[in-house]
Amino acid sequence: MNNHQKNRIIDLTFKVYGFLFTAISVLILFILLYAIIKAGYSRINWDFLTGLPSRKPENAGIYTAIMGTFYIMVVTLIISIPVGVGAGIYLEEYAKKNGLTNFLEINISNLAGVPSIIYGLLGLGVFVRFFGFGGSILSGALTLSLLILPVIIVATREAIKAVPSSLRDASFAMGASKWQTIQYVVLPTSFGGILTGIILALSRAIGETAPLIVVGAMAYVPFAPKSLFDTFSVLPMQIFTWTTRPQTGFAVAASGAIIILLLITFIMNGIAVYFRNKWQKQLQ
Amino acid sequence: MKKLFLLILSTGLILTACKQTPKEGESANEATELTGSVTIDGSGTVFPVSEAVGEEFFAVSPNVKVTVGESGTGGGFKKFGAGELDITAASRDIKETEAELCKTNNIEFVKLTVALDGIAVVINKENTWATSLTVAELKKIWEPNSTVKKWSDIRKEFPKEDIRLYGPNTSHGTFDFFTEEIMGESGASRTDYNAVSDYNIAVQGVINDKFALGYFGLSYYEENKTSLGIVGVDNGTGAVLPSLETVANGQYAPLSRSLFIFINKKSAQRPEVKSFVEFYLNNAPVLSKEVGYVPMPASDYEAQKEVFKRAIAK
Repeated sequence: MNNHQKNRIIDLTFKVYGFLFTAISVLILFILLYAIIKAGYSRINWDFLTGLPSRKPENAGIYTAIMGTFYIMVVTLIISIPVGVGAGIYLEEYAKKNGLTNFLEINISNLAGVPSIIYGLLGLGVFVRFFGFGGSILSGALTLSLLILPVIIVATREAIKAVPSSLRDASFAMGASKWQTIQYVVLPTSFGGILTGIILALSRAIGETAPLIVVGAMAYVPFAPKSLFDTFSVLPMQIFTWTTRPQTGFAVAASGAIIILLLITFIMNGIAVYFRNKWQKQLQ
Repeated sequence: MKKLFLLILSTGLILTACKQTPKEGESANEATELTGSVTIDGSGTVFPVSEAVGEEFFAVSPNVKVTVGESGTGGGFKKFGAGELDITAASRDIKETEAELCKTNNIEFVKLTVALDGIAVVINKENTWATSLTVAELKKIWEPNSTVKKWSDIRKEFPKEDIRLYGPNTSHGTFDFFTEEIMGESGASRTDYNAVSDYNIAVQGVINDKFALGYFGLSYYEENKTSLGIVGVDNGTGAVLPSLETVANGQYAPLSRSLFIFINKKSAQRPEVKSFVEFYLNNAPVLSKEVGYVPMPASDYEAQKEVFKRAIAK
């Protein structure tokens, strides 16, 4: 056997190996999806979506949990986008490459890997107790914002980095200022990438339970939040509560809520993919 | 981007518009005019009772915002001691350190018993040998550094098969209570068992393993009665099976416990909190049974009402 044949065998082996593991992971995903949908689809109807939590599993609904999730996500977006994108732009466009910048960059990357429960404890200490916001929508959203900020900052920087320097040079050559260049060239070009980062970060935030339990998400909330200082429940919290109950009816309700949560996550990811493709085409 | 934002916003508005309106036709009495909020947290064991009471209270006083959390008995006392709660639920009595925290923050409280619960010791359906165990045998199985590895280590005539144990992890009040009653010291337990945070996992574990043994709240056994075996607990006066009767009349000892709510006395001065607690005691006999617990005898509820009345009169 010569070298050429040997390499072909190695190639083939690796191809089969790679395919096998991709297939296994996709298969596991489908088995999970199948099991959840089979267990919960019968529970999903209008009453389930608009009903209040109840001790009777067949009456229990997820209206307040959906509304809590919705409000938390909107407020999280409002807080984290300006801060995250702003920090990304600063680090990529304005910051001088010195010790301080390096220090900041390393810390931001490290923060992305900190377990979410730690953010919960930070939120409890700072927002709930020190600022006295209590176990409110505002405290929850601020905590989740901290949690996803590193992801948004890193995504923003990567997207800005990917903007071809020829575009930037052209803008400067036209006599545009730095901010004009960022506003009219850099941001529009990198928008798809930034948006993808934001939505992936949100997809992570929407499934978080641990930090919100610490901050004070409640398991039984019979009203939708009306202000930033209202107490709240979120979908993962409701699912967690139901799965620990002894009655099998709650397991079915939990499966139904899981389907809804998955659906929301899939839709958000779908939006991310759509915008990424759209902006990439525009750029070309 | 604008379109996307509008889409999200309109979804929210539609959902808000779908909010359920309170039932019509209810006469406007004192209860419906109550406003304000009642914040409850604490034991996950008591949670279903509080949730049920909250749900029924909502029907009579829809303007009072009752919220119930379940951050655990210990977690609840921490928040209660910091003055963040009106009521905290507990599946055991308050510890000295927790009472001290309340004292330092000038929080006076009143303790009420709202229901009873039994701890069921369960085995596999096919287990025909261990239908009753003495308290001493349970201690031998669960004590720290226990030498019980096989069933035959408990009694010679039991099969020579490995025993596999399921129980709650240390964050549960059930764990504190069981170790206190059986070992005589809260928290003293062997550590080489399947410690679960979700009892349904222990239920599944025992259902699928002929040589398993586990313990958890009675309601989890009641819901899975047909597929689980139960162990009668013998405290010296003969084996007793846990049931509504034996827990209520105290025969199922020592594994019967009380479920408590602790009310901040200052909060209880607010009409909505006072009204909620009275409602709680009036409805606990029916509702606690409905969610799987054991109501106390009627006279005991009357006694609790008296305790509450006296506590807030001061």
